[in-house]
Amino acid sequence: MNINTTKIISLLFFIFSAFYLYTAYQIQVFTFDENAPFNAKTFPIYLGYAGLFFSGLKLILPDPNTIKVDHKNLEYKKTVILILIAIIYGATILKVGYFLTTSLFLITSYYFLGERRWWLMLLLSFPFVAAFMFLLHGILDIYLRDPFLKLLGIMG
Amino acid sequence: MIEGILIGLKTALTFQNIFMVMVGCFFGTIIGMLPGLGPMTAIALMIPITYGFDPATGLILMAGVYYGAVFGGSTSSILLNAPGVPGTVATSFDGYPMAQQGKAGKALAIAAWSSFAGGTLAAIYLLFMAPSLSKVSLSFRSPDYFALMILGLTAIAAFSSKGQFIKAMMMVVLGLMLASVGQDSLSDITRFTFNNMNLTDGISFVLVVMATFAMSEALTIILKRNDPTAAAKQVSLTELGSIKINKEERAKMLKTIPRTSIIGFIIGVLPGAGATIASFLAYGMERNLVKDEEKEKFGKGSVHGLAAPETANNAACSGAFVPLLTLGIPGSGTTAVMLGALLGFGIQPGPRLYMTNPEIFWSVIMSMYIGMVVLLILNLPLIPYIARILAVPKNYLIPLILFFSITGIYVMSFNNFDIYLMIGIAVVATFMRLYDFPMPPLILAFVLGGLMEENLRRSLLLSDGSWTFLWDRTLTGCILVTTILIISWQIYKSIKNRNI
Repeated sequence: MNINTTKIISLLFFIFSAFYLYTAYQIQVFTFDENAPFNAKTFPIYLGYAGLFFSGLKLILPDPNTIKVDHKNLEYKKTVILILIAIIYGATILKVGYFLTTSLFLITSYYFLGERRWWLMLLLSFPFVAAFMFLLHGILDIYLRDPFLKLLGIMG
Repeated sequence: MIEGILIGLKTALTFQNIFMVMVGCFFGTIIGMLPGLGPMTAIALMIPITYGFDPATGLILMAGVYYGAVFGGSTSSILLNAPGVPGTVATSFDGYPMAQQGKAGKALAIAAWSSFAGGTLAAIYLLFMAPSLSKVSLSFRSPDYFALMILGLTAIAAFSSKGQFIKAMMMVVLGLMLASVGQDSLSDITRFTFNNMNLTDGISFVLVVMATFAMSEALTIILKRNDPTAAAKQVSLTELGSIKINKEERAKMLKTIPRTSIIGFIIGVLPGAGATIASFLAYGMERNLVKDEEKEKFGKGSVHGLAAPETANNAACSGAFVPLLTLGIPGSGTTAVMLGALLGFGIQPGPRLYMTNPEIFWSVIMSMYIGMVVLLILNLPLIPYIARILAVPKNYLIPLILFFSITGIYVMSFNNFDIYLMIGIAVVATFMRLYDFPMPPLILAFVLGGLMEENLRRSLLLSDGSWTFLWDRTLTGCILVTTILIISWQIYKSIKNRNI
């Protein structure tokens, strides 16, 4: 049996399914429901076994058309940076507010993707987000929490 | 019936009502293009406004918003691979690759014409078959629905797996597992939440679809150093936005539209099935019906592959009005919101509506149809401009896709946890996509998970825990046999090609 990344993913899925199945068995159901033909854990238990079955099948069957990915050609650095920017954006959006965090998220993302024209980056961040906020908050009446704009007295 | 249709037309064709449908289409398209805000939200947002008008005008405004939002959803699917609603997920399978080839205008035009044709044909079916179809839809029982969902999931695993059926089935199981997170619908017992309050309500559809499609697509583009705007740069803006459909493409559409409109309409009539299953099944069916050389083009920008789900989802939208108007049962979230609006106007849908107030019945149907005509007239000239989104350089397009994805989640929950969860799912999805694990089966399974469990629960309770319900009824048996045939065919093909 060749060990390739698809097999490793299948093995991880097998372990995940086993954990899912174990957790499914741990679901606490009402006493009167325990012997019912169907309760809250019946479907998850079937799913756990299905996961084990398909991932097990993928593990043991031969995989003649292995997908080979050339990791040297993958752009890991930029991808990780972009994910980190998105995580920071998610962490600050509630505390700082939608307007400032979204604008900064856009500017930093443009920058790390190679853009250097500051006037264009600024134009496609602050005014763009302001217009989008106006559409959501002003026209569609969708509330957007924004402590920063509240501090400036722009938003109530 | 003719009298009812004429009264319906007379009501819908006044100046005020045509103006309303235009306004509705315009706003619906904009709202539909925003991730997280689908037709259901768009109609819900319009309800307070419609109460200022008479029932017919209110319904016409809603019809415009409805079809506008559906078209808007297709637009973001085709241009950004970011389907905001389940019904347009299948549209992205061939719409997005076609747009990537510098044919964004053409893809949008095919989608617009297919939607229009699907809706038109469905309206004709509705005119002649509504009363009898309502009886057929009532004959579907829980075992039939359960079998139908198994068929839908098997079919999507078969056609989107590129020959790797087991991988696709693993994604189906993963989608169902994700759908099982949160409170059990009947007992309210929490499952797989690990005492995290944020997971009590489960994971939202928009979160999963944004993570596995839009966000993971953006990350894959960066990771693989692809340029989604490369093809757009090769062609002029006029060519990119060109809505011309050539003779050969028209011929393909003419073959696809009639058959997929029928399957879309029939699935739409079944309460709870809706546009999502219709579009996925139509896509699968179409792939099996076309010639081998056309089959190869599926997933790479096939005209058949784009026209099929677009026709079917619009036909299903019209079909969904059959149970709503004739039985008073809303078949989908959107029709449930419509039911609320109808009740607000003092209209009680149900068998008596068709018998006692045919003019209201036909007004609703006619207003739906006029909404579709106006949408086509209004949006076709705008397509060349909308298509230019793809001419935006990659350095700007990627952050904007991420921005729309995260905003779509943020406005739904105002919760950091959902953003982290979306990033986590997107990272896993990006990694799995590198190794050709298909995402469409995961999405359909996620959408159907709750319904599937519900129907299995009812079936097992009715049969006292025995699995004989799967062959007790002829209809269930037929659906199941079809499923077994699909699986057998996949196994045969895999063994033949030495690729499982």
